[in-house]
Amino acid sequence: MASLISKIRFGRGLVLLVCGVYFAVPMAASVIFSIDDSKGGTTFRAYTDLLNAPGFMDSLTLSLELAGVTVAVLLLLLVPALLAARLGAPKLRPVIEVICSLPLVVPVVALTTGIVGVLRWGPDYLSDTPLFQTIVAIQDPSFPIVLVIAYVLMALPFAYRALDAGLRGVDVVTLVEAARNCGAGWARAVFTVVLPNLRSALLNAAVLTVALVLGEFTTASILGFAPFSVWISSNGKSDGQMSVAVSILSLLIVWVVLLLMSAVGRGRKSARS
Amino acid sequence: MTTAPTPVPTPAAADLGGGAGAPGTATPESRAASSAPRPARRSRGGSRAWLAALPLLLFFVVGFGLPTVAITIGAFTTSTDSPDGGGTFTTANLTDSLQGAYWTALFGSIKLSLLTALIGTVVGLPLAQAVLTSRFRMFREAVLSGSGVLANFGGVPLAFMFVATLGNSGEVTQKLGLTKHGWNLYTFSGLSVVYLYFLVPLMILTITPALEGLRVQWREAASNNGATVLQYWRHVALPVLLPSLLGGFVLLFGASFAAYATAEAMVGSSVPLISMQIGDALSGNVLVGQGNLALALGLDMIVVACLVMAIYLPLQRRSAKWLA
Repeated sequence: MASLISKIRFGRGLVLLVCGVYFAVPMAASVIFSIDDSKGGTTFRAYTDLLNAPGFMDSLTLSLELAGVTVAVLLLLLVPALLAARLGAPKLRPVIEVICSLPLVVPVVALTTGIVGVLRWGPDYLSDTPLFQTIVAIQDPSFPIVLVIAYVLMALPFAYRALDAGLRGVDVVTLVEAARNCGAGWARAVFTVVLPNLRSALLNAAVLTVALVLGEFTTASILGFAPFSVWISSNGKSDGQMSVAVSILSLLIVWVVLLLMSAVGRGRKSARS
Repeated sequence: MTTAPTPVPTPAAADLGGGAGAPGTATPESRAASSAPRPARRSRGGSRAWLAALPLLLFFVVGFGLPTVAITIGAFTTSTDSPDGGGTFTTANLTDSLQGAYWTALFGSIKLSLLTALIGTVVGLPLAQAVLTSRFRMFREAVLSGSGVLANFGGVPLAFMFVATLGNSGEVTQKLGLTKHGWNLYTFSGLSVVYLYFLVPLMILTITPALEGLRVQWREAASNNGATVLQYWRHVALPVLLPSLLGGFVLLFGASFAAYATAEAMVGSSVPLISMQIGDALSGNVLVGQGNLALALGLDMIVVACLVMAIYLPLQRRSAKWLA
């Protein structure tokens, strides 16, 4: 029995070691690769030249704008619907749940195919109607609204989960009724009572959406727009070192953001108890 | 960064969700008091509530419904560049999409997804168990939050990290002289190694709740009845875990099947994958008259994804029963 236990301990150590190596080596190697000047020394050129790299700021700005608009549209669509489902129409809940789960089933590439299909209707069938102008307008390369539509769809499941989890912990009905009994109007009850209670859930949904938009590549690249991730990819063909550097930075940023989010969550939990 | 979004929330997210907790939880009295006027308001506010949800419903119909309709119509009609002017019903797109290079790509995608999902499951289970039974609480939490990051870390950055590590001029390839031993990242097996980098963490996230649901009493009962560790796993733990394991497998399959960015940034079209072929076909890289082929390929992909979900959902419901 003792030998068996030590065998299990050993096996566990081995499993952890092998997997640790598998997950640590690419990170370490990428860092080394990004500061290697190919003469045996180190250089931080890839990091210092980043801001001056052609297209870097443009693509980053576009991505950040897209992220901001996506978050705004997403919350404006989702929050009223979720609150309404809680407050007035319980029958809405399954409908919203299905709506927010369906985008997970369809692979992003397939969704993009459908979007391309719709956009093609423009020149094919609608060229004489005002709809054609709309289809052209949403494909404006300086700010492609069609990407916002796609991103809102892709982010729906994640934002829904985050907001739903937040709502589960707050008795919205009682809160609103209490506020209304104290003489507050609907808008005031929602904005000064309900939404502050959902602060962390809203933040959570927003952060997940921003991370998704900044990393999204498939739709943007197929539709031919050039936000951040597409820039990383195309820049990598001319300057691999810089793209690796950006990749490491983006991994670090995601990590820090998620750690901060869980720290905030834990802080609030312990503050309450 | 979430380029291959997965249906599993990160532990941080789940944690925060719970952490949004209930400062507004009402006392019994206030609940009772508030329940009285509620029915009256509900009947009046019902239609107004649907009004508040209307933007979401409209958006969904336009943003999701139209593309779906476009795929379905397009997949079964001839395209505008075909000899008959387009718009006539045909099944040629679908049959073409299941032939030749496209069939190879679909098959390649399924093969890659099966292989990586299988390895991910087989590696992820013992790893999750090893982490979970570790004596160091900090280590456990670090691995779980790390898994949350890596499971959502796909796409272009992942591709570049692996190019820097195991690509032709990558650090590890150079140091160990791997090219001499026939290593090439830009192949089927190379891609599998890369995919596992986000699939194994995804498996850890998926299976950890199930492993936590294994009661200590079951193990004790088994060993009191004279079962060895092996027998316990064979006859007690694995049967209980089976729905979760299969569910995790299917989830991994789906994630790997839908992935596009990593493969596109790393290997381009040199490994035949259905997602790459769709991208190619959409950029106009098809024969004349096959303009709608991409839509048929998209339909193929949706069908496979729906099958995956049809297997996953019942399994998830079954595993939830044990974890209650």
